Amino acid sequence: MQRRHVVQYGAAGVGAVALMLGVGWWRVDGPGAPKPAGQRPLPLSAMDFRLTDHEGNEVGPETLIGRPTMVFFGFTYCPDVCPTTLSDISGWLEDLGDDAARMNVVFITVDPERDTVEAMAEYVGYFHPAIRGWTGPANQVARAAEGFRASYERVPTEGGDYTMNHTASVFLFDAKGELVTMIDYHEPREFAVPKIRRALTEDVEGAT
Amino acid sequence: MTKRSYINGLPLVLLLSGMSTPAFAGSEDVVVENAWSRASIGVNRPGAAYMTVRNTGEDAVTLTGLTTPLAVMPEIHESKTNADGVSSMAPADEITIEPGQSVALEPGGLHAMLMKLQEPMTEGENFPLTLTFSDGGKVTVEVPILGIAARGPES
Ligand SMILES: [Cu+2]
Repeated sequence: MQRRHVVQYGAAGVGAVALMLGVGWWRVDGPGAPKPAGQRPLPLSAMDFRLTDHEGNEVGPETLIGRPTMVFFGFTYCPDVCPTTLSDISGWLEDLGDDAARMNVVFITVDPERDTVEAMAEYVGYFHPAIRGWTGPANQVARAAEGFRASYERVPTEGGDYTMNHTASVFLFDAKGELVTMIDYHEPREFAVPKIRRALTEDVEGAT
Repeated sequence: MTKRSYINGLPLVLLLSGMSTPAFAGSEDVVVENAWSRASIGVNRPGAAYMTVRNTGEDAVTLTGLTTPLAVMPEIHESKTNADGVSSMAPADEITIEPGQSVALEPGGLHAMLMKLQEPMTEGENFPLTLTFSDGGKVTVEVPILGIAARGPES
């Protein structure tokens, strides 16, 4: 009983700290604060990182140029937001039908310590077959996130494990590697799929 | 098809289990609907379960915690996504449900976080999850385990 109380206070403490940090951040940069122009992801051609895909191939931003691209960050130990995003994306790809095969769809881990190539391979295997999983050394993951202007942060949990806070938006690029738009977390499918079609269309326009 | 009919049968099961507990002010009128969870890969990753908790009574009820034989540390968590698109997750505060109201535990928001799994969550199986309330009452729900890519109780 005593033990139970200690554990619960521990949880409350972590929650309170997380809340305070969240509130502090919210006030400084929260809703209403204009997004600085510097926060837009770079064009893929201006990024520089080396990762490995879930089949062991060496990949980088140049791998993505030439086809429209959808990229998002996450980690396979994420119980809620990441599987939800992956299944949302799988649903969008199903809606796109044959057009899905014309796109790169990449899930980049922010937790390379646990997300080995093998872990990524097993995990992405449960979702739409177009989805590729990329991982690599921590410094290369950091460079990738910097290019996409994505952020992530390791947060200890009470059981001695850790979770990751991370950018959950989906980035859409055209075939030339220019950012088309972003899909926010949990955006309804009726908004998401037209955005993806736009990235596919700009591919056609760029080619003519 | 068998799975579908089983899920439809759940609310009745819940109602019965709720009625079998001694009379508590409030939590005896709690009904849990549409519970579901995703299968896990092994036991190292935490799981999550979702459901709607409805208060059909005339007193407010406060959900204070969870227990399950499936996980050593089940906890109600809340995921939040801030204006910059960054998602985070933290233990939720106690959840009070007013009479006639319900609270949804759903992807990207409140969820039953199942930390330190005792065994893998296998698609097609169920596990019992007990919700504890501030009046001392408990409601146990059988949570069906769907596929890893499931999007909701129907998929
Ligand atoms: Cu959680």
